[in-house]
Amino acid sequence: MLRRVLSIWCANLAIDRWRLAAGEGADALPTALIAETAHGPRIEAVNAAARQAGAQAMMRLTDARAICPELVTAPADPAGDSAFLERLALWAQRWGPWSALDPPDGVIVDVTGVSHLFGGEAALLADVSAQIARRGLAAQAAIASTAGAAWALTHFGPQHAILQPEDSLAELPVAALRLDPAVLLVLRRLGLKRIGDIDGLSRPALTRRFRNRHAPAANPLIRLDQLMGRVPEPLLPVIGHEAPLVQRRLMEPIRHRELLDRVLADLADDMARLLEARGEGARRIELGLWRVDGEVVIRRVEMAQSSRDAGHIVWLIRGRLDDVDAGFGIEMARMRAPWCEPLLLTQRDLDSAAEERGTSLAACIDRLVNRLGEAGVRSPLPHASHIPERAQRWEKPLTPEVPSQGELAFYTRPIKLLNRPEPISVLYATPDGLPRRFRWRGALHEIARVDGPERIAPEWWRERSSTRLRDYYRIEDHLGRRYWIYRAGLIGDGRGGAPEWFLQGLYA
Amino acid sequence: MTIQTALSPVPATRWLPALAAPAQHAELFAPATEACGAGLALALAQDWLRSAAPDPAADTPDQRAWIWVQDKAAMRLSGCPYRPGLPAELRHRLIHVAADKPEDALFAIEEALRCRDLAFVIAEIAGNPQALSFTASRRLSLAVERHGVPLWLVRLDARRDLGSARMRWDVRSAASQRPRWNPQAPGKAAWRAELFRARSHPPGTWVLEEAAGALNLRQTQAEPLEAAAHG
Repeated sequence: MLRRVLSIWCANLAIDRWRLAAGEGADALPTALIAETAHGPRIEAVNAAARQAGAQAMMRLTDARAICPELVTAPADPAGDSAFLERLALWAQRWGPWSALDPPDGVIVDVTGVSHLFGGEAALLADVSAQIARRGLAAQAAIASTAGAAWALTHFGPQHAILQPEDSLAELPVAALRLDPAVLLVLRRLGLKRIGDIDGLSRPALTRRFRNRHAPAANPLIRLDQLMGRVPEPLLPVIGHEAPLVQRRLMEPIRHRELLDRVLADLADDMARLLEARGEGARRIELGLWRVDGEVVIRRVEMAQSSRDAGHIVWLIRGRLDDVDAGFGIEMARMRAPWCEPLLLTQRDLDSAAEERGTSLAACIDRLVNRLGEAGVRSPLPHASHIPERAQRWEKPLTPEVPSQGELAFYTRPIKLLNRPEPISVLYATPDGLPRRFRWRGALHEIARVDGPERIAPEWWRERSSTRLRDYYRIEDHLGRRYWIYRAGLIGDGRGGAPEWFLQGLYA
Repeated sequence: MTIQTALSPVPATRWLPALAAPAQHAELFAPATEACGAGLALALAQDWLRSAAPDPAADTPDQRAWIWVQDKAAMRLSGCPYRPGLPAELRHRLIHVAADKPEDALFAIEEALRCRDLAFVIAEIAGNPQALSFTASRRLSLAVERHGVPLWLVRLDARRDLGSARMRWDVRSAASQRPRWNPQAPGKAAWRAELFRARSHPPGTWVLEEAAGALNLRQTQAEPLEAAAHG
């Protein structure tokens, strides 16, 4: 069957999205969407009023302000644009079984053999234009037998173009081949302006000219073959992924906590059943409560390990419901699991007593995080640094440890490190020598035994040049208390006055 | 024939390291300017792990995580655990819980005790907070005995108030033995530990020290702590 491809190009995607968010009234003023760059703000897109006033995309904002002082700016949102384009591509599957993204602002749909459902290709294109116009977007659409040809027609062809296999694209400019600007410059210097000019040249000559260009966007021959359908052009289809969702519409709005807990338990049971059917477990759960007056209250919980244990989900969310204001009542409750991970059905332990006896580690961590916050529950992981306080990093528990070079075993490190080294006053025999006694937190410590110094130099590649080196001593005082102290700097190292002493760690 | 009185139903045996005992709630009173409390707690935990009867069904070595709970005052006074200094077989299994208030710390301890996947729990609470009443301590003891996860609760700079811990220790650092190859350097950690209240053991004082793979008893019946000049 003859392949037919529909291409949709949203010419002003960024501006259209901004207008939908800001409203029609704001569009009357000359407005530019700007992005911050290393050389100051740059214009990414302009609306019609700003274009009339002389502003253009890729201009510096200061240059545009010189032409049009009343230019209004709003931040550009490329991430939001691409997320919108993904949703648009999914929505465009109403016209064909699969669709692909054509970044930054287009969508390609395979409409092979479906146009009769809409009453022919012309009617299909009319439907596309009408539906997209209803969403407030300006779009060009075209149908051709290859993605390349359809793309060329949307960008450089007439409105609602339909390309039959016998038609020619020779009159379109070479820019319709989806080439890099540098290649377009080469072609313009060679005097090749239209697709027909390239097609007319002898193929060996072109092959030789672009022999070391392998990317399709840099080689006009590959692009021409793709346009004609002589080589295949694989496109990556988008596949919609729906998050498991359960909801309860309540006949009578609820205002009391016990009823809400009941609804929550029901929702968690439904969610557990749904997740079990999908063979998944939830890592993040969102509970949305719709109030009668239209307000929505959303509570989110995350789990350390994927789970579909209804009781655990209820326990986690219940702690977050204390501050919910029910107002005139809650009429709908909805539970979503936006982040799921595969969780297969597993056999329970041989004796179920082990599972009934206590909670699992992941559930315990979830409960602790729920009350103490993310920063309260952490595990130390080694980090490649020889500065003692930087040699460990606090990460989420259950994070797999990255393989690293082992620690050197011939140094004894303290079991505890103070949050910041505390200054001590030290009495020493010679300025560079071994300490003899020191005072810390008001108590005097006679040093009985010393091991050191262990010199640790600052990390010059990340610290200021005035950072001083440290000479660490492992000491034991007259009562057997063991500490880790250091002297910051040396006398005459040119980085400040007399070296200071600090106590950093406590040995067991 | 042992003489049993009504007040001591269990024949009292002296405490010894590597005594395979059921999981217990122990309290260690220690000054905040030393790490002796946490150090002895870790040593006792390792000793308990070594002496516990191995699980006959286990086919892999015990790699269960353990939790170290600290409240804010304890972290400010005596710092946070430092991974390179922890025992090599425990350092990768640590989960640290930093609680703002003693109430949160007690909640975290109890949640941890109820978790079947933990090897043991170490907690540090500074001073005598209101939340750590006799009732709270009794809750912890019951949770330990019910779920079989041992707890060593280190009390930094605390008065010996009422508590239901099954063993209550007073810990100070003791001078270490001189290392063989560098006698001027501090040696392996040593503690003077006074067991002043225990359910199944008579009170006593020991000097304990870390040795290769064991907790060593260096000296029994040292002079009582109060007599030793300290601070």
